[in-house]
Amino acid sequence: MRKNTRIIVIGASTGGLEALRTVLSGLDRDLNGIFIICQHIERSARLNYKMIFPDVQDYSLTEVEDKQPIESGVVYFAPPGYHLYVERLGYFGLSLDAPVNWSRPSIDVLFESAAHVHGCQVVGILLTGANGDGAQGIREVKRLGGITIAQNPESAVADIMPRRAIETGCVDHVLDLKEIAPFLVRLLRKDHSSHKGAL
Amino acid sequence: MTPLVPDDIEFELLLEAIWQKHGYDFRQYARSSLRRRMEAFLQKYNLASFSHLQYRILRDPSFFGRSLDEITVRTTEMFRDSFFFTALRNEVLPILQTYPALNIWHAGCSTGEEVYSVAILLMEAGLYERSTIYATDINPVVLEAAQEGRYPVAKIKEMTKAYQQSGGVLPFSNYYTCKDDVAKLNPEIKKNVVFSTHNLATDESFIDAQLVICRNVLIYFDRNLQDRAVALMTRSLSHRGFLCLGSKESASFLKAKVNLEVFAKDAKIYRKL
Ligand SMILES: C[S@@+](CC[C@H](N)C(=O)[O-])C[C@H]1O[C@@H](n2cnc3c(N)ncnc32)[C@H](O)[C@@H]1O
Repeated sequence: MRKNTRIIVIGASTGGLEALRTVLSGLDRDLNGIFIICQHIERSARLNYKMIFPDVQDYSLTEVEDKQPIESGVVYFAPPGYHLYVERLGYFGLSLDAPVNWSRPSIDVLFESAAHVHGCQVVGILLTGANGDGAQGIREVKRLGGITIAQNPESAVADIMPRRAIETGCVDHVLDLKEIAPFLVRLLRKDHSSHKGAL
Repeated sequence: MTPLVPDDIEFELLLEAIWQKHGYDFRQYARSSLRRRMEAFLQKYNLASFSHLQYRILRDPSFFGRSLDEITVRTTEMFRDSFFFTALRNEVLPILQTYPALNIWHAGCSTGEEVYSVAILLMEAGLYERSTIYATDINPVVLEAAQEGRYPVAKIKEMTKAYQQSGGVLPFSNYYTCKDDVAKLNPEIKKNVVFSTHNLATDESFIDAQLVICRNVLIYFDRNLQDRAVALMTRSLSHRGFLCLGSKESASFLKAKVNLEVFAKDAKIYRKL
């Protein structure tokens, strides 16, 4: 992981897989970013990510195993039934701690740990969903200097999750679903050119 | 990566205090999840910082006993991940049939649900009579509950379903009797289980086992401590013994993997080389 690599954490619930398809298939190849996704899902679900996201070819799609190293150019998914954490030592952690906001994996848990470890490198994005998970996480991302984004509730299948996030007053950008990938591409490309400029 | 802030430093000092005062070593636990649990703890006792908690833990004799249960995580259930139990039943037990006596070590057994699930498989395979299950945990409170083998009746439906999904074909009601809202496991299931405390972070090997089961415990450890624990469990295995980890745990990121081969990939069953 390079020093200026962005850690993009994405939370989604009801309608999330569909929304994620739009976001992920809009990413260019070779972006200097690590994508970590917490999608609420039934705990016994066993997912085939290649089948769910057939258009995503430039990134490998991985369901996280405990202590797996965190690497650029990979899209990571929280395993159903476990909380997912970013650890300081450059790898992921999992736990079976009690559900948070009735959810395990919980978006708050992922966002808070990413923010604590990677501060201003974090971009927190909340998509469609029908509960309040993620709002506290968005607060922490913002407090520790990261960038926060909520899907425009009008464009969401379920609007509660992005609304709760926006109500915290900690969301930097409210974007329509289709605008999210282009926003990320611009942001990561800009990092890249300013990083080069600094050399 | 962000630099350490005072909270982080206080947190490390707290773990040091627990170790020095009470002999429990959490210094190599996975930080992010441990930290979140300890923060919940601060809130519960209305403490302003980790330093305040440290003060209580050093000065208030009865306080730490209560906290152990909150630092460790006791989440468990019967036949969790039915595919694991299916693999154990169909692939491992037939090999264990060839041994005249079986030692099984169940590390991090929590309140016993998983131990008794394994005991049921052994009974159904006709192996239980020659088996001894050594079930251990760091936390004496969960071991007491495990010994009881009494579970809320409300859980029976879920347990029965999980038992069937794992390939169980007998009526699950063979295994318990209900009284009021408690389901009590039959004494035969508990007959060959021995419970005892054992800390994977600091204690040594005590057994020569054909099967070691340690699921969803390693996730609470950092990589170094995982390595210690897996090496310890591998040392405790007899030649070609089996090691079972949790479904999302893996030996592949550990140095200790050199003494293991993958036996059943998805079920996370390894075999000693
Ligand atoms: C999440 S439970 C898993 C229970 C069961 N194995 C299962 O998978 O259903 C984790 C257990 O590990 C125990 N544990 C935590 N740290 C331990 C240590 N250092 N040594 C032994 N057991 C430990 C906890 O007390 C808890 O009972």
